[in-house]
Amino acid sequence: MSLAVLTFADDPIFYLAANLAKIVVFTHIVLILSALSVLAERKVSAWMQDRLGPNRVGPGGILQPAADALKFFFKEDIVPGHVDKVLYILAPAIALMPALIVLAVIPYGPPLTVLGETIPMVIADLDIGILFVFAISSLGVYGIVLAGWASNSKYPMLGGVRASAQMISYEVMLGLSVVGIFMSTESLRLTDVITSQVDGTWFMFSQPIAFIIFVIAAFAETNRLPFDLPEAETELVAGYHTEYSSMKFAMFFIGEYTAMFVFSALVAVLFLGGWDIPFMSNADFEALGNWGTLLGFLSFFVKCLAFLFFYIWVRWTIPRFRFDQLMNLGWKVLMPIALVNVVLTGVVLGWLGS
Amino acid sequence: MSTDARVMDVEISEDRHSEAMMINMGPQHPSTHGVLRLVLELDGEEVVRAQPVIGYLHRGKEKIGETLSWHQFIPYTDRLDYLAPLANNVAYAVAVEKLMGIDAPPRAQAIRVICAELARISAHLLGLGAYAMDLGAMTVFLWTFREREAIYTLVERICGARFTTSYTRIGGVERDLPDDFFTKCAQFVKEFPGRVDEYEGLLTTNKIWIERTQDIGIITKEQALQFALTGPNLRGSGIDYDCRKAHPYIGYEQYDFDVPVGSVGDCFDRYLVRVAEMRESARILEQVLDTIPDGPYLNRDGDEELKSVLPDKTKVLTNMESLIHQFMVATESINAPTGEVYFGAENPKGELGFFLRSKGELHADRLRIRAPSFCALQVIEEVLPGHLIADVMAILGSIDFVMGECDR
Repeated sequence: MSLAVLTFADDPIFYLAANLAKIVVFTHIVLILSALSVLAERKVSAWMQDRLGPNRVGPGGILQPAADALKFFFKEDIVPGHVDKVLYILAPAIALMPALIVLAVIPYGPPLTVLGETIPMVIADLDIGILFVFAISSLGVYGIVLAGWASNSKYPMLGGVRASAQMISYEVMLGLSVVGIFMSTESLRLTDVITSQVDGTWFMFSQPIAFIIFVIAAFAETNRLPFDLPEAETELVAGYHTEYSSMKFAMFFIGEYTAMFVFSALVAVLFLGGWDIPFMSNADFEALGNWGTLLGFLSFFVKCLAFLFFYIWVRWTIPRFRFDQLMNLGWKVLMPIALVNVVLTGVVLGWLGS
Repeated sequence: MSTDARVMDVEISEDRHSEAMMINMGPQHPSTHGVLRLVLELDGEEVVRAQPVIGYLHRGKEKIGETLSWHQFIPYTDRLDYLAPLANNVAYAVAVEKLMGIDAPPRAQAIRVICAELARISAHLLGLGAYAMDLGAMTVFLWTFREREAIYTLVERICGARFTTSYTRIGGVERDLPDDFFTKCAQFVKEFPGRVDEYEGLLTTNKIWIERTQDIGIITKEQALQFALTGPNLRGSGIDYDCRKAHPYIGYEQYDFDVPVGSVGDCFDRYLVRVAEMRESARILEQVLDTIPDGPYLNRDGDEELKSVLPDKTKVLTNMESLIHQFMVATESINAPTGEVYFGAENPKGELGFFLRSKGELHADRLRIRAPSFCALQVIEEVLPGHLIADVMAILGSIDFVMGECDR
């Protein structure tokens, strides 16, 4: 990897072009997938509920996201008179940005070779990978809290208060659950986490407790059922985005689905081996060259989509937690288990090492 | 009373915390089904005081009943508990028959049982679905609509309408059941218990569902009696009272069914009672379909004096007396003897009672409706304080009220 960086430094134009291309391509792939996952949500729920789901726009309703987006643009953008205007307008942007920024550090596939240059399939392969993810994604809570506060209205405020407590608590579980992984890989860099899984076992199997806690925390972090308390429709009308309309509302919406994709990608990277395909080693991927990259790329997205499906499946199956039950589950159940998991991992690693 | 006057009635308690927040839940809120308005005083997320404000759907049905003829009021009963119009029709018809001293023929009685039990299943399905949806389990709601669709199709076969049925007549029902109804209904009754198993699979053993409903919104036996709860809400609190058993009407004594009773009186018990009642209703339906007698569907015997029932159509076209009779009933309505009666029927939401006072005129002198939802809604003021906002939804959902009936 370091070699590739050196080559890039020798040719700044190539470096710039390659990175720009990666930014444009990956961001668009993810945004389009987010839009399609809204459609998938409606289709899968319809399938689970003996309905047809959207089927009017385009073949099988495939153009529904485009129609929705168009509709959002044509809706009147209402700014109620009683809101704090600056924060009210800023909040949807803050809610959407962290999810998009995190996309920068996710490795989408094995390195690609173009014109003899090796390009890693990650926009920025940071040494502090996962820490960057947590640092940025926790900013997402500001969007929600500020939306709730700036709306200057009762239901949004309750939603905002719930969101702040919920997301901050589950941030802790999220961080603690992955400590075990980094103890065994001895690196925070996400590409290293993947390469160690390609040759070894997926962390889903070697760190099952961490996997379960991470998945639960991921649901809570993205405000999805059973943890969708900040926007609990039947309780708080629409929670923090009650007062929003038009594209401002759409930005919360896109933000939510992008965050879902980000967490699906993180689950794939941390626990499902990233671009790994069972029975293939790092050497196999290198031997296949760019075909290996394509295979890895596909494998990664299949895993992401599978987890997105899981997200949707859970949402349409189980009821919602109550606020105090959510906090109890987080602090009194998941937190001790996560800590025990860290200790256990340490003991096992120490025992294996000695 | 104007709405504004009611708003003024809502007092803010004296000893409120400095952070108490008043919140208006409804009349337009996703989970105050219909137009219930709750004024909640919150301390954080905890409800300190709750006051239901009703009347947004008031249409003055009782007063209307004093000017309309006995038959003309039947369509108005459709809109009481609009989730079970057939059961309302039956309750009203039986009350008027009691006043007039007419009996419906056995076949009409059996048809009425079919109507009442189909309505009960349909209303409980919606109650269960909305209850689950309020707690976030959306799929149950749409699954129950699958069965409700089947029931509506059956109702359409019964009377031509799906929603506003107006099916009963004084002395019987409007028309006989079509021949293909019995096989279709039997098919539904056969499949239905399996469908209930599906809902139960999603809820009864679901850890989250149990945590959200168990020991939430406990209505004690004493409270249930004090607030005159009836129906599943009363039985959920552990009191074994069912009008169908207590004073059997339309031939309920012939059928073998159990009355499910809860123990604690929490939201979970009320849920279990409703689910069990649906299964019992299916059992009753099965028996009625097997034993339904032949014969007339409208009582026309001994009706020479009262002239309360429409005559047979073939007679109307061949017989002068019957033609006049038909004309009288259709244009001038029917006379009832002087007197007053009360009749309470076991409707899906509880005991739907009609008090009728007649001065021997073509219409009621006083028509009073005892609405089970009205009584049930009083208890929430007592039960809600001390619960969290999220529990408000569980409690409202488990009480399963319908505002059309409450506001009348």
